Order: sequence, then structure tokens, then C-alpha cells
Amino acid sequence: MRLAFILSPVLLMPFLSSCDKESPIDKYTEKKILIVGNSNEPAGLDPQIVTGVIESNIITSLFEGLCVQHPSDSGGSMPGAAARWDANEDFTEWTFHLQKNGKWSDGMPVTTADFLFAYERILSPDFAAKYSSMLYYIKNGEKFNKGELKDFSEVGVKAIDDYTLKIFLRAPIPFLPHLTKHYTWYPVPKHTVLAHGTMTERNTYWTAPESMVSNGPFKLETWKFNDRIEVIRNPHYWDADTVKLNAIRYLPIGNKYTEARMFFNDQMHVTERLAPEMIGYCRDRYPREFRQEVYLGCDFIRFNMTLEKFKDVRVRKALSLAIDRQLIIDKVTKGGEEPAQGIVSPMGEYKTAGIAKHNAELASQLIAEAGYSDGNKLKFTLLTTDRDGAKTYAEAFQDMWQKILPVEVSIEQREWKSYQDMMSKLGYEMTTGGWIGDYPDPTTFLDMWKKGDGNNRTGWHSEEYEKLLGKAELATDPAERIRLLRQAETLFLNEHPIVPIYWHTSVYLLHDSVKNWHPLPLRNQPYKFIDLKK
Amino acid sequence: MPTEKNAAKDVIKGQSLWSDAWLRLKKNHMAVISMAVLALIFLLCFILPAIGNFNAPEDPAVRAAEHWFKNPNYQNLNNTFAPPSGHHWLGTDQSGRDLFSRLLYGGQISLLVGLVATTISVIVGVAYGAIAGYSSERTDSLMMRIVDILYGLPFLVLVILFSLLISEHMKELSEFLINDWKWESVFVNKYANLIPLFIAIGALGWLTMARVARAQVMNIKKQDFIEAAVSLGLKKSTILTRHILPNMIGPMIVYTTLTVPSFILTEATLSYLGVGVQSPNSSWGILLQEGSRYMETNARLLIVPSIVFSLTLFALNFLGDGLRDALDPKASKD
Amino acid sequence: MLRIIISRLTQGILVIFCLLAITFVLIRLMPGDPFTGEKSHAAHIIEKNRENFSLDKPIPIQFGVYLTKLTQGDMGDSPTREQKVSTIIKHSFPASLILGICSMIVAICIGIPAGVIAALKKNSLIDYGTMVIAMIGISIPSFVIGPLLASYVAMNVPLLKVAGWGDPFDWILPSITLGAMTGAYIARITRGGMLEVINQDYIRTAKAKGVSQFNLIFKHAIRGGIIPAVAYVGPAFAMLLTGSFVVETIFQIPGMGQHFVTATKDRDYFLLQGVVLLFGTLIVLANLAADIALVLLNPRLREA
Repeated sequence: MRLAFILSPVLLMPFLSSCDKESPIDKYTEKKILIVGNSNEPAGLDPQIVTGVIESNIITSLFEGLCVQHPSDSGGSMPGAAARWDANEDFTEWTFHLQKNGKWSDGMPVTTADFLFAYERILSPDFAAKYSSMLYYIKNGEKFNKGELKDFSEVGVKAIDDYTLKIFLRAPIPFLPHLTKHYTWYPVPKHTVLAHGTMTERNTYWTAPESMVSNGPFKLETWKFNDRIEVIRNPHYWDADTVKLNAIRYLPIGNKYTEARMFFNDQMHVTERLAPEMIGYCRDRYPREFRQEVYLGCDFIRFNMTLEKFKDVRVRKALSLAIDRQLIIDKVTKGGEEPAQGIVSPMGEYKTAGIAKHNAELASQLIAEAGYSDGNKLKFTLLTTDRDGAKTYAEAFQDMWQKILPVEVSIEQREWKSYQDMMSKLGYEMTTGGWIGDYPDPTTFLDMWKKGDGNNRTGWHSEEYEKLLGKAELATDPAERIRLLRQAETLFLNEHPIVPIYWHTSVYLLHDSVKNWHPLPLRNQPYKFIDLKK
Repeated sequence: MPTEKNAAKDVIKGQSLWSDAWLRLKKNHMAVISMAVLALIFLLCFILPAIGNFNAPEDPAVRAAEHWFKNPNYQNLNNTFAPPSGHHWLGTDQSGRDLFSRLLYGGQISLLVGLVATTISVIVGVAYGAIAGYSSERTDSLMMRIVDILYGLPFLVLVILFSLLISEHMKELSEFLINDWKWESVFVNKYANLIPLFIAIGALGWLTMARVARAQVMNIKKQDFIEAAVSLGLKKSTILTRHILPNMIGPMIVYTTLTVPSFILTEATLSYLGVGVQSPNSSWGILLQEGSRYMETNARLLIVPSIVFSLTLFALNFLGDGLRDALDPKASKD
Repeated sequence: MLRIIISRLTQGILVIFCLLAITFVLIRLMPGDPFTGEKSHAAHIIEKNRENFSLDKPIPIQFGVYLTKLTQGDMGDSPTREQKVSTIIKHSFPASLILGICSMIVAICIGIPAGVIAALKKNSLIDYGTMVIAMIGISIPSFVIGPLLASYVAMNVPLLKVAGWGDPFDWILPSITLGAMTGAYIARITRGGMLEVINQDYIRTAKAKGVSQFNLIFKHAIRGGIIPAVAYVGPAFAMLLTGSFVVETIFQIPGMGQHFVTATKDRDYFLLQGVVLLFGTLIVLANLAADIALVLLNPRLREA
């Protein structure tokens, strides 16, 4: 009893201090520090080593590519490290004129030498960059990366002078400015990287806060593992006057519920995502902050095309038709996604052919034609991961199929790496999967289905398909190109190596003090234009 | 002389240790209540589904609409998060499945995991710890160092490896049982997935049990009555089994009843990490984990499993207490 | 005493070595490697990456390379993060240590008094009441208690944050969540131990001799009564330091516990080896401390 009496002032203290009415987030808004939820600790900050969206979010604040994303027009490119650019008639030769006052965060000028260095680095076979394929568009880039070509000077990048860069492509690429916004095309400070090791040396840690040098609107200040990454204003940035924010703090919050709670508790400005269970709740309670936007990605189910049981296209088609995509979106994923009729997400003028639909009667008919009935059921396993909601998702499919068709589905759940491993080795029967686009062009969803592409993982390939893609690449007329790509996609969908389910949306919470943040399908809002105002 | 007459009439019945203990246990009200609660839960989880499945319609859709006991895996995406009704006694979950039947079937798995893993770990752990505690210092050191090594191995790695290793063999074994011995495939598949989990959890649990057993043995062996037994020339194994172990029963029972719920918790945490009970099985751990996601939106999905879960664990603990009190040879009569 | 300590320390080093070796092999047996990923890469790239980390060499040679680097104080580089393993561990250890110590304090403050009180008032309402409260810690998983505390307590108390690890107030809720479970065990074990001791003859003798109630408990009974709890505290502390994954993800704490899980899931061999090494060392030291305490408490264990 006495103990409780003595302790009570201590226990009451936290309640008494509520005299301060300003919430924690307002303090940060005043200081113009943007607090961003960034899902997980990044794998690194070296633009030529990393491969993910998490890293991209941070790298796009530190570095700047030739072009910069327009803040509201998803198809627009603004001057970045390059002040202006032009192309020849058939889009195979591009000239970029760099900013004359472009500088690294240590004051050194940004020149074409840095770009050449960066491109050689990422394409060097010794460096073994995982995402070097993003630069295969450059003439001879692929050959150099595979070791077939030893001399980098034969690769299609040339420095005309310190501030003029010429890029020669292997085929007409009208969307090159979009590609340059991707971090694989960013420059790195040649002088800094070489000060810590050779060009192709790994684990040199030049990206540590003490030594990191970057050319973007911000520079690296703090990197506390699993705690936070903080970037502050770069005074040497050529367009520093446009930049409104003073700093950005990235919090690697893996648990989506924790992240939501932190937002409710006024601890951050932007969440990375929302868990499906919280979507309805947030939509009702935080209508101003709730955001649901189109995101460039597609979720689908893969067939292992090397298996006998899936050889009959009627079986695959039946399994696709049996799925009520809208029901899954309404009840399971709940993010207001769009049922995917094809694989390429809606973008620009490209409209996918509407192949994937829901038709239960046709599905039953087809599978009966293929020889399956209640006495002779089709048995298979559906592989899925252990991530949040994956089980509910897979169980919904299992249920739909078993209700409409004579099938017996068992679900196999594997943890992430085992799942990836099984997929790569074709050790599955059917599996859930998906793909996020890297740049706003249909090829980002179509190139992966070529024979031998590591991201294919279905065992399907078609010469006809690859011929169409090859023709599209060489097409100079944009309309013709779109037509050919659509033809390829239609061929692909009609063969059903995958069952498209839905096109992604990005669902998250955005504090209303964040200004100039517009919906973009790649969720790559340029930080230099963002502002914080109460 | 009345007492002599009475003395001749009543043959004095000798009372064994166990019947003594049983009498004492019955006097402990909490223990009796706990036993009743546990019996009820066992009945619900194991007997009720059997009754419910007897003569139930085959077609799960028909069953869901008409029968009183629903199939726990039957989804109905048009009826998610339904509140309790005469049709669904505890409502439905996020996929439209009946919560009541999920709770019962989940209970089967959780209780099974707890019991089997505990049995494994108690047998192995007590034997190991007792031998270590009673051996020479060198043997004891060696045995405990092995425990230290095993303790330090990353648990998750072991669970993943075990599961993978054993699933391979389980697939073969299941096929054998289904095809050659004609066991029901649903039954076999259901339990085949659990064996790796039992082994993995039991394999971690025995380590702490061994440590505690060893501490107990080392404490007891210094007591005078043990020294007396040694000086009488009794064999080591006899001393261990007839004198030391019976004196350990009290704390060991307490620790065992602590272990069952802790294993059920371990299973819940493993399910949270994605390596626990796999589809189509569900367990209380999975229900809790799924329910905690709906804490703000549909608290019923969390509250109901939590209450049942906690009730079971409380009952197990109070029963353990009662057993300890009842079996203690030195318990005072007041 | 000194002899025991030295011999235990040497054994400890052997234990750590075996632990490291076995872990080294086991994690390489798991399917996948650090480079298996969502986006697949060309074979020659994967090969080069594996070469960078010596993963293409036979396992004994890899182990040799690792040990040589270790003696120079280099725990290796993380294949999935651009950081040195030693940097990662250096940054995450302080948070784990603080969390572990605070949780242990919470656990002991709940557990031992609860256990003693319950034992003394055995079978009364106080006994049942105390034990029911203590049991909450092990009847409800931490991934339920944590979010409950975060949502209902932290949201409504201004000084407490829902997540994060900035000021000392942030230590409170995670410590309660983590300590509740250990505290429950300590309470039960202490109660059991105290009951054992209270019924022993030497306590009866002391009581008969007229020793006061207070002295009876705190001078005579407690020494024997908390023995099982002490046996538990050592490894429990090590477990707290490394088994805090759930609490760390719920409260966003940059601690070490999560590395056990994320490094396993990412197949980050070197980080996992690093934390296992640290964990092993802690276990050895914790067990040693517990054993010393046991000997100090029970004079009968001190052999001539």
C-alpha cells in the first residue's frame, strides 16, 4: 500500500506532461524534416549494387540521374543532371548536355567522366552488378557485361567533352529519358569511389556517412542500422534553391501495424503501405490522409509448364476462368486493386487485350473436355510464401477452384528464400507470384518471358513471341511498336503460362502537411519538389 | 474396553502415497476447478467434433447452411466477419469460416503440440539432467557443455532445416501409409505436417528441462539421506531412481505444467514467423496471430481465442500447483 | 573457486568453437543462398558474387578463411547489406543490452516478490490472485500484449511513444512486454522453490527455535527458495537478449534479436555467424554466473 502511494507521482508524470499540445510530427513539419516509412533496412546505398524499391527511395534523394521525374505528370521528365537532351530521328542516338554548374556534395563538378565511370562499373563483369541488364539497351553493353567484349571504348557511351554525353543504343528506344531516372543509370563520384578502392572492388564502404558523396538534392548524414537513415540538404546541389525540405528521415519499419500505429500517433508523415486489414479502418477514420493510387505491378499465378498435367491449355484456361478476381480484391486484398485482364499494367496509351476474365460455366466445360471429373480429379499443390496475408490469399484460390472445378488443391507454404529457390528451380506445380515494373513501358512486363530469362520461372517460351518482341524493338513508329507489343502480349496470354489476378494499387497514409506530393504509378515522387507546411 | 473392540472391528487400511496425494488434491478447490475446466476443453476439442462429424452432410456448402457443426475450412467470402448468430455461434472470420469450429480444431492441434512436445522434452531432459547431475564432475561438465552448444544454435535455422528434412521423409511415409496400409489420406496429411514441428519444439525444450533437473539433482544429492544411502553401498542407479527422482517429482511436475503452455506459445510464435503449423491445419497460435491483425477492426477474432487460450493455460498452471502440493511428502497437514 | 572459473572458461571457449562450426555448416545446408532473390540474375553474376564471399569454395576452406579473419577482429562483410558485420552488431548491441536489462529488472521485480508472497499465503485468495496476474505473461503471447499496450496505453499517454527507441521513456512498454513472460516463469518457479523450502525440516527447526517471521523468510528460506529461479535467470537473460524479435518489430527497436530471424531468412551467413558467436559467448558467461551464484547460495555445493 505504502509503496503504491510513493510511486504514484512517478506513475502520473507521463499524464501530467500532456500540457504540451503540439504533436511530435508538427515539430518535424516546422523544421521541414520529412519522416518517411521505408519498410526495411536497405541492402545498401550504392546505386550500382542494389536492386530494390526500398533502396531506390533513399538513393533518389541522394543522387540524381540525367533526367528527373516530373512531380505530377507520370510521363514527364525534367532536367536533372542533364540540362537538356535531344535524339536523332530514330531514337538510337541521344545527346545529353550536362548542367554546367552540376556539383557533387563535396564541391567537385559532375562531369561526363563520372557517367562513363559509372556505366563502365555497372557493366564490368568483374563487378558482377545484379542489375546490369538495365543497361543492355546501350550498344554492346550486354556483350561487355558478359565478357565477350573486353574494351569498354566500344560500348555506346561517349564523352564529347566534359559536359556533353552521347549514348548509342542497340535499337530505337524513345523512352530513354524514363530509363535514366532509374538508379542503375545514375552517376557515381569517380574520385570518391577510387579513393576507397578500385572501380570493381566490392565492400569498400565508400557509402558510409563519413565518406559518401552524392550529386542529388540531399546528402547522407546518418546511417544507423535498423534505426534510421537521415539525409540532409546538399548545399552544392545545382538547384538547391528549389529544394524546400531540410532533411528526410527514413525509418525501416517492417511491421505494417507498427507503422500504422506510428502514423496514428503522429510520429511520421508517410507510411510505405497499409496492411489489407487496416485499409477499411483507415479509409473511414483518416479520409484526408488515406491514399489509394495505381501502382505499376501485377500479381499472377505461375504454372510449371514442364509438368504433364498442365500441358493441356484447356486446363490452364479453366483454372484462370474459375477465379472471381473482383471477389478476391473485395474480400482478401481490399486495396481497391483492379482485376487484371492481362499482364501489362495500364500505362499511357497501351491497353492490354482483355483475356483473363471470370466465367465459371465455361471453366467447368473446359475442364470436363480435358477429361477431369469428380471421379477423376486434378490434383496439384499451390506454393506460396509466409508473408502477411499470403496464406489467406492462397486459401481463397484453393476454395474457389475446389468449389467450381473437380480439383484437389493443397497449399504449400515456404519461407521467402525457400520459396524463391523452389520457383527458380521449377520445383513447384503452381505458385503465386508477381512483378513490379521498373519503368513505364510495356516491355518491363513482357521481356521477362523470354526463354532463359531468370525471371521467367515457368518453363514456357515461344519463338513467335520473341520474334514479335524483336520486331517491336526495331520499330521506329511508336504506334506500330505498341501494336506489335500488344500482339505479343495477346499471344502470351492466350497460351496461359500465367493467370493474371490483379493490378496493384499503392495504399498508404500521407500526412496533410506534405505538399507537392502527387500520385505517380511508380511511387517515385521527386523529393526536391516536396514541401512541408502545416 | 471400547477402543479395543473397535480396534478389532476396523481393519486399518494402509494408504499408499498416491491415494494420499489424491485426497489432498481433492481438497484444493482451484485444482479441482482446473481439472473440470481442462476436462471440458478436452471434451469440446476432441469429442464434440467427432459427434459433429457423425452423419454430417458430405457437401461442405450444404453442411454450412444446414448442419449445426460447420467445417472449419469452408470459406465463404460473401459472409466475412459475421457477428455471432444462431447459425454461427461465434461468428465468422476474415475468410468467412466458422470461428467456433476453427477454435475447436485449432485446440486439437495446439493441445497435441503441447502434450507431445512436452512428453518428448521431459523424458529426454530429465534423464539427461539427472544423469549429468549425479555423475562425476568431468562427465557432468561434458554433458552440460553439449547442452550449451545445442542451446546456442540458432533455433529458427534448426526448425527450418528439420521441417525441410523431415517433410521429405514424411512425404514418402505418407504415401506409403495411404497406398500400402490404406490409411485415410486426409488424416495422414493432417498429422504428417505436425511431426517435424513436434520434433523441432521438443528438441529445444529438453535443454532447459535438463538444466533444471540437474540443479535439482545436485541440490538433493548433498542431503544427508543420500549420503546415508551411499554409505549403505547402494548402486548409483538405484539411488538415482529410488531416492533422488521421487524427491524431484514436485518441482518437475511444476516445471512440466509450465512447459506445456510454453510450447503452445512457441508454436504460436513460430506460426507468427511463418514456420509453424502449416495449412490446412490451424491452431490457437494461428488464430491468435491472425486475430491480432484485426485488433482495431474486429476485436472478436482476437478476444475469443485469447480467452480460451488463457483459460487453458491458467487451468494447466493451477492444476500443476495442486499436484505439487499433493505430491509433496513433507506437506504439512494444515 | 578460481579453479572452477578458469576451467569453465576454457570449456566455454571450446563450446563457442563447436557452436560456430556446427552453425557454419547448418546454415549452408539450407536451400537458397544470400543471392537468391525476387529478381533473378544472370549466372555469371551470381557466380562472381559467390566468389566475392568465398562461397564457391569447399566448406572446410571457407571455415578456415572465416576463422583467420576472426582472429584479426574482422567478422566479415554482410552479403545482403553494404555493411561490415561488426558494425551491424556494434550498432544493435546497446539497444538489446538495455532492453534485456530493463526486462530482467521488470521480470525480477514482478516475479520474486509475487512468488514469495504467493508461497507464504498458500491457497488463499492472495495466492490465487497474485498467480493469476503473474500468469498473464505466459498466457498471452507477446505479439498480442505488445500491440495492445502500444494501441491502448501509448496512444493515450502523451510521453509514451507507440514505437521507436529515442528516449528512456521508450524503454518502458517494450520492457514490460518482454519482461512479463520471464517474470511469470520466475514467479512460478520462486513460489515452487519457496514452498519446497518452507516445508523442510530445517525451517521447522528454526521456527521452533523462535526465529522471527521476517528472519525466517529472508535469512533462511529465501536462500534455498530462489535456487531454481537462479538456475533459470542465467540462460533467461541470454534468451532475452536474443529472443526479442517480436518485441523489436512491434516497437521498432534497433536491437540484435531480429538479426536471428532476418539473417536466417535472408541467408546472410556472416551476420548469422556473428550473432551466434555473440550469443554463444553470452550463454557461456551467463551460465557461469548462474553456477557461481548457485554455489554461493548453497554452501553444500562447495566441495573440499
